[in-house]
Amino acid sequence: MDEALVRSLTPAVLGILVRRGADFAAAEDAVQDALVEAVRVWPVDPPRDPKGWLVTAAWRKFLDATRAETARRRREDLVDAEPEQGPASDADDTLQLYFLCAHPSLTPSSAVALTLRAVGGLTTRQIAQAYLVPEATMAQRISRAKKTIGDVRFDQPGDVATVLRVLYLVFNEGYSGDVDLAAEAIRLTRLLAGGIDHPEVAGLLALMLLHHARRASRTDGGRLVPLAEQDRAKWDTTLIAEGVEVLQAALARDRLGEFQAQAAIAALHADAPAAEETDWVQIVEWYDELAKLTDSPVVRLNRAVAVGEADGPRAGLKALAELDESLPRYSAVAAYLHERDGDRRTAAKLYVEAAGKASNLAEREYLTRQAARLNN
Amino acid sequence: MAKYLLLKHYRGAPAPANDVPMDQWTPDEITAHIQYMNDFAEKLKTTGEFVDGQALEQEGTWVRYDGEGRPPVTDGPFAETKDLIAGWMIIDTDTYERALELAAELSAAPGKDGKPIHEWLEIRPLYGSAPTITE
Repeated sequence: MDEALVRSLTPAVLGILVRRGADFAAAEDAVQDALVEAVRVWPVDPPRDPKGWLVTAAWRKFLDATRAETARRRREDLVDAEPEQGPASDADDTLQLYFLCAHPSLTPSSAVALTLRAVGGLTTRQIAQAYLVPEATMAQRISRAKKTIGDVRFDQPGDVATVLRVLYLVFNEGYSGDVDLAAEAIRLTRLLAGGIDHPEVAGLLALMLLHHARRASRTDGGRLVPLAEQDRAKWDTTLIAEGVEVLQAALARDRLGEFQAQAAIAALHADAPAAEETDWVQIVEWYDELAKLTDSPVVRLNRAVAVGEADGPRAGLKALAELDESLPRYSAVAAYLHERDGDRRTAAKLYVEAAGKASNLAEREYLTRQAARLNN
Repeated sequence: MAKYLLLKHYRGAPAPANDVPMDQWTPDEITAHIQYMNDFAEKLKTTGEFVDGQALEQEGTWVRYDGEGRPPVTDGPFAETKDLIAGWMIIDTDTYERALELAAELSAAPGKDGKPIHEWLEIRPLYGSAPTITE
């Protein structure tokens, strides 16, 4: 049985059940039951239409479960309603499911968990392992999330931006435990991009592909390797080519957004055969675009680094001076620019300070090593 | 979406408002206190925010390497150690503010006369994973 195929069908099947009137939690249980049956039946008797098979099986499971409960009248209503499939397409059903799982009434962690469970078809155990929490905790998080969206009507248009934020969060969590969240985020974004024509969905997909392409070079035995020192021969050129193609098609639509601009920056890095050949002037221009789209101080911090490369460290420090010193990674950027400017003592001091403020262990170790390098 | 360690100290924390040692409470007050802590942990399990919680014995020992082929050296316990950890809870919350709110709730566990202890808890963020996208 093709697990990838089955998982790619899951959201559409779930979406169809919910549109037919099943409440979300019951629909999800029914789809899981149908998948279990598929595992048993398909190897012996492969279906001609896997999705049709799953919809039929899941709907039957749902009706069985409903019958088992007391909601007899409700079931009869639903049976009556069944033949009416409505005008919605499968792509719409999948899309509605994404909207539902990223509904604004959910907290980010709930939206992430529900998306991975209902759209991604991951098990609760896998999601718990990926986020390093007990399985029981994750089960509760998911079940509360289902309750929260229980009353949300399925036919209301959702906001693509909320879905993209959830997928971005999943991707950025990276790789921990048995589940490759970055790969899963790419799979889900690809699926979404297939169902909706939206330049920012394409932008996010391109951004993910371009970053994922560098994964093999980003760490060395657990040590963080900065972009300039990465072994570019390890970059995945197939992913880069795909990312660039997806991005160009999106940019051609002339509806620029945050993710497209971020992807454009990633593409310029990917395009440089060596770090010294990076087109920093263009990167600064893209950061200017990005700053217009989001008033994020993090963007302006990254812009200061790019200015430092394009116009020299003094210009970078000048751009940095306009920003708030309490920003995360401010002292790390300051350290880097001071070293480039030849002031090793100030740089070393700032690297120590930056290490103390790092929000993850890999970054702290990297910054500590930078300080040690300058002090020796 | 970040994890926080809530540390409870036997010693070393600033004095709480309701600062009466447990051995001077009534048995019912002790029961109520423990019940409060257990209920708190159970509640966090249902909200999907609980990661781990453990209590520690009062006495520990210092231990260190003493060279190839030699047994570890132990020392202590040192009665004068200023800071003594009583236990911890790890929570996983959407925001820092939520973590503070939960810590404050835990600190309100009842003590003498059934009144909140207002115990000082130490909150420490756990390192997260390095983000994939940085530039």
